[in-house]
Amino acid sequence: MSKLYTGAEIVFKCLEDQDVEFIFGYPGGAVLPIYDELKNHNTIKHILVRHEQGAGHAAEGYARSSGKPGVVLVTSGPGATNVVTALTDAYMDSVPLVCISGQVPTHLIGTDAFQECDTTGITRPCTKHNWLVKDIKDLSKTLHEAFKVATTGRPGPVLVDIPKDIQFAKIAYSKPKAEKKLNGKLLNHFSQKDIDILIGLMNKSKKPIIYSGGGVINSGPEASNVLRELVKLTGFPITSTLQGLGAYPGDDNQFLGMLGMHGTYEANNAMHDCDLLINIGARFDDRITGKIDEFSPKSKKVHIDIDPSSINKIIKVDLALVGDVKEVLKGINKTLKKKNLDLKKSNKQQIAKWWEQIQKWRTKNSLNFKNSDETIKPQHAVQRLYELTKHKDTYITTEVGQHQMWAAQHYKFNKPNRWMTSGGLGTMGYGLPAAVGVQIAHPKKLVVDIAGEASVLMTMQEMSTAVQYNLPIKIFILNNQYMGMVRQWQELLHEKNYSESYTEALPDFIKMAEAYGCKGIKAEKPDELDEKITEMVEFDGPVIFDCRVDPNENCFPMIPSGKPHNQMILGPSEKEENKITGKGKALV
Amino acid sequence: MANPKSAYSVSSKKEKSDTHIIVVWVDNEAGVLARVVGLFSGRGYNIESLAVAEVDAKKSISRITIVTTGTPQVIDQIKLQLKKLVPVHKVADFKRNDKGVIFKEMALFKVVGNNTKIKKAIIACKKYDAVILDKTKKSNVIQITALRREIDKMAKNLRKFGLVSVSRTGAVAMTRGDKVFN
Repeated sequence: MSKLYTGAEIVFKCLEDQDVEFIFGYPGGAVLPIYDELKNHNTIKHILVRHEQGAGHAAEGYARSSGKPGVVLVTSGPGATNVVTALTDAYMDSVPLVCISGQVPTHLIGTDAFQECDTTGITRPCTKHNWLVKDIKDLSKTLHEAFKVATTGRPGPVLVDIPKDIQFAKIAYSKPKAEKKLNGKLLNHFSQKDIDILIGLMNKSKKPIIYSGGGVINSGPEASNVLRELVKLTGFPITSTLQGLGAYPGDDNQFLGMLGMHGTYEANNAMHDCDLLINIGARFDDRITGKIDEFSPKSKKVHIDIDPSSINKIIKVDLALVGDVKEVLKGINKTLKKKNLDLKKSNKQQIAKWWEQIQKWRTKNSLNFKNSDETIKPQHAVQRLYELTKHKDTYITTEVGQHQMWAAQHYKFNKPNRWMTSGGLGTMGYGLPAAVGVQIAHPKKLVVDIAGEASVLMTMQEMSTAVQYNLPIKIFILNNQYMGMVRQWQELLHEKNYSESYTEALPDFIKMAEAYGCKGIKAEKPDELDEKITEMVEFDGPVIFDCRVDPNENCFPMIPSGKPHNQMILGPSEKEENKITGKGKALV
Repeated sequence: MANPKSAYSVSSKKEKSDTHIIVVWVDNEAGVLARVVGLFSGRGYNIESLAVAEVDAKKSISRITIVTTGTPQVIDQIKLQLKKLVPVHKVADFKRNDKGVIFKEMALFKVVGNNTKIKKAIIACKKYDAVILDKTKKSNVIQITALRREIDKMAKNLRKFGLVSVSRTGAVAMTRGDKVFN
């Protein structure tokens, strides 16, 4: 007879079989048997966070920067409810997470027992799938299936809820069997014919643009390489969504910068005027499209995505290639080369005018801002941070708000997986715990959280985690004492009624850093900025950097809500003529 | 119906809504109905009626039949989103006016009154395969199988004959001929 294992042992055997190295978690009554078993498995390291939301975001940072699924372990009731924000965040941004939660013993389920909640019920809409394991026989199969669901197709979070009695129950362990297809959910639906049609469109196009997204990052580093090859082969301009930054080098001449609400003038106008739009791994999010009716009105639209439900969800497209970005692009590149269609040459004449137009838009220099000798401009701070860290392989996380957009605009990424930000859900408090996860995955690399003072206070407790594990993360706070993006919208939409968007009684971040046992640095004047940033980068340990920036700066350029791409506000002086009116006011 | 999309996608072009019958084959496991129904409520889609039961005990497969209304784009999204759910095997979609598909609903009517009234009620029900399930001196329980609008009409008509209670199922559907949906 084969050896019997407890449920808790089986959890670890499964994690070992899945090559899991790190678990982000927080113990509690309903997961004690699993925590008890931890000591017997030295290939798996547990990272103790200070709040379960932090565990979730740290696992997201780990997953996004490493390409491996993040694993979270929490207890029942509040443990599970605290992780819901992170699960939803991962669901919106397609990050593979496996969350294991404890549950009250099966005989107590439904009795309103202590720390009981309907975890699978609560997390059903914010996971790809979830399971309540009511029988020890199902445990190993379920856990292996959980990893499979999280990492195949469009990645996303899953949750496995394990009652305490199941963790104690004993059974023989069986290794995962040969993989069977999940209810016939195929990944690649495109054919050579589709590729030929696409190449025909590319050949004819006079004003093409490639718009790439997070799907390229999720498809793996090789997808970025094939994307770069495609852009070089075609000579087409390329723009990227927030999540897609890094897939194509940010300082390359064919790159027009980010598009969308706070994207560049040239990217948005090119999207509006193009005659061929090739969407690669993006989902026509409302931050990108602006007004739907007037979105890229003159173009043929092509959509490459692994998720069939993304096709025609928001924008009707003329050609859809459903599949893994890497595979689709490989097919396109191969055909391009085989046909010996040197699009770059043959199209050069055709699209030369288009590039001329793009250069004209570029001269607007839409990311420009008025710098100052008196106060630190937040854009300037990000630019200096970029200049002083670009020679290193730096990983950047952000919170959510103005600082996030400034980071996206002014920090240039050259590699995928270096940029971790909460795009879909827009979770303030994401960046600090995400930085913890990134640093765990890349212990020798420089990890900076470009933060706002309001966001960072939401998950500040995770500094304690960083100190415990000697994680030298740098929290670079652009401190303007406002919830800057809220204030900006109040300025634009609510006649400068800054209702509750100013934070009085902010903590002294230097003393706070010291209290946590890390280093605090403060910069107040532009001329001390470089020196202080260098000090931060060179310090071997976690740092909280309080960068006091101009409190009144707004984030431009901007497509006001309810407006199309070609009606951008470029700077503060233009605000008046481009007032948001009518329906636009009700939009988010 | 609440608009299921972002506020940005409020389109000025109004597309026509149609009634569709969506048939979903799922693993019969805990919570599977909640997943399907939650998808509809979470994304703001309509459910007009719903019928669920296990159809293959050996493979443990249930068949869910949902009647819904939406524009072609919404109906497409419903199908694609359903197909993404892990326990879903396949999804079929029929228009209500599809001649190649049979739709049926069942209703139970309880009629209370004197003999004449009950008799009239039974006669009125005749063309819908009426079956008397229970009979007392003062009451009858009549079962009919018919289309939704026919049952609606009967429920209204029978009021004058002493109808006191109505219980009805959601629609179930099957294709005509020897073809099976795959």
